[in-house]
Amino acid sequence: MRSLGPILMVIAALIALWYAAVPIMNIKETVTQLERGGAQVVPASAQERRDAGHVGLVAQNSFAIPATFAQERPRLPAPHQVGAELWDGVVGKKITSKRSLVYHGWITLSATLLGFAIGAGLGILLAIGIVHSRVMDKSVMPWAIVSQTIPIIALAPMIVVVLYSAGLQGLFPKAVISAYLSFFPVVVGMVKGLRSPDAAQLDLLKTYNASTSQGFWKLRLPASMPYLFASLKIAIAAAMVGAIVGELPVQGGGLGNRMLTGSYYGQTIQIWSALFAAAILAASLVALISLIQRGTLRRMGLV
Amino acid sequence: MAAPDLPVISASALDLTFQTGDGPVHALKDVALDIHKGDFVSFIGPSGCGKTTFLRCIAGLEQPTGGTLSVNNMTPDEARRARAYGYVFQAAGLYPWRTIARNISLPLEIMGYAKSDQAARVERVLELVELTGFGGKYPWQLSGGMQQRASIARALAFDADILLMDEPFGALDEIVRDHLNEQLLALWARTQKTICFVTHSIPEAVYLSTKIVVMSPRPGRISDVIESTLPKERPLDIRDSPEFIEIAHRVRDGLRAGHADDA
Repeated sequence: MRSLGPILMVIAALIALWYAAVPIMNIKETVTQLERGGAQVVPASAQERRDAGHVGLVAQNSFAIPATFAQERPRLPAPHQVGAELWDGVVGKKITSKRSLVYHGWITLSATLLGFAIGAGLGILLAIGIVHSRVMDKSVMPWAIVSQTIPIIALAPMIVVVLYSAGLQGLFPKAVISAYLSFFPVVVGMVKGLRSPDAAQLDLLKTYNASTSQGFWKLRLPASMPYLFASLKIAIAAAMVGAIVGELPVQGGGLGNRMLTGSYYGQTIQIWSALFAAAILAASLVALISLIQRGTLRRMGLV
Repeated sequence: MAAPDLPVISASALDLTFQTGDGPVHALKDVALDIHKGDFVSFIGPSGCGKTTFLRCIAGLEQPTGGTLSVNNMTPDEARRARAYGYVFQAAGLYPWRTIARNISLPLEIMGYAKSDQAARVERVLELVELTGFGGKYPWQLSGGMQQRASIARALAFDADILLMDEPFGALDEIVRDHLNEQLLALWARTQKTICFVTHSIPEAVYLSTKIVVMSPRPGRISDVIESTLPKERPLDIRDSPEFIEIAHRVRDGLRAGHADDA
């Protein structure tokens, strides 16, 4: 836990920066509000205030600074506002409530996990095919690369619409988008991993007259494990992005949906808290894979 | 099995030409050699003389483009399928995720030996290479010399009569190498195997072999075959005897002659 100090230091610096930005971002609306409430503000005319710089306004109206941290719909919510909303959304609401972040988080998580399972499984199978078949190597890899050059935000609504017309909605279309984003890192990492044994190791198996499947189970697969876990960490984060993007065009709830409705109604605090909920969830998933990785590699004697 | 007078390995007029981007490369040209049961044959020569290529041909890892080569009266490929030889590479190539014992049982698993038999064989070959008690260790816990001994044990585990060794001690220091050479001779005396041994080192070749094959490059060919007159029992200080020095001289002359026609 020696790394904890530097991590806390970086977090503290980011929060300090964030707090410093809040008055500058929110000063105009705050000053207007205070003026309506009868306060003396500088400059007094709305016209002049509109053309004034943010930093200048903060300097001239320093009495308004505390109020910038307590706006109902701030441009930039203060960290404690986001924290309070996050706390309220996680523990303050019943988990069946549409305002509960646990409720929305679970919707996103289930799509993420299903998509990740499909994507990782597909990625591993494609990699096995690519390593063992020249035809697949030449034909699949270019398409896998092309698939990742299409912006997912353009593709996601089409996937939703096409699957809807095939009678599929809810969890599955989102999982498909997740899988679409997560299979690629697994293919790339796994192909590299399955090909990592050097020529001498392959020759050694040949001297034993080992079959291709023995070579796979005894050499290629174990040799690929460190590569696989590195890819899975990228893949699960990508799967989460896919699930959130997949929630934007549909009304079924989820963290992506929460962000979108927040932006419709100017509920910036809601957007930020959903954003943080998503980030925390993704970080937990990556940490979970790291844990499985450490356990597996330790049992294999590799660390 | 072959009759006693028939060679275990027999090559005649063996050619191997690699087609490369810069045109054909004659890796082996007109190689003829008989190796008998129980021989310890060293192949020595500069880089590019085809000594490793010849060993790989015997192992069925390279296909000759001309001539004949038989191993145990079979083609090299049939011999490979019949698991006629154990091969030791320059790098130990142990699997880092397997313990030493499980590395040695790798060929046994692949060849379908029974579990109980596997354990007994692993114990036996660990003892042969003086690694008893190290079976539970992972490769990174062993020194380079011990790793190479483990890889020799792995090649011995399935009782092939022929042992092919491609510069197995090339990456080790002089002191470890001397010790392993001594051990290898003891092991050869105990197991009666036929050993083909590729090396860069003249003292190593002379110390170990009953037959020394001197090779020269471009095209790779045999320039001299020296039958050793040293006794079977060889303490390390035999290397100071006049007989040893004379054989080493002949090897050196053979190597120099190979270079002379090159010029």
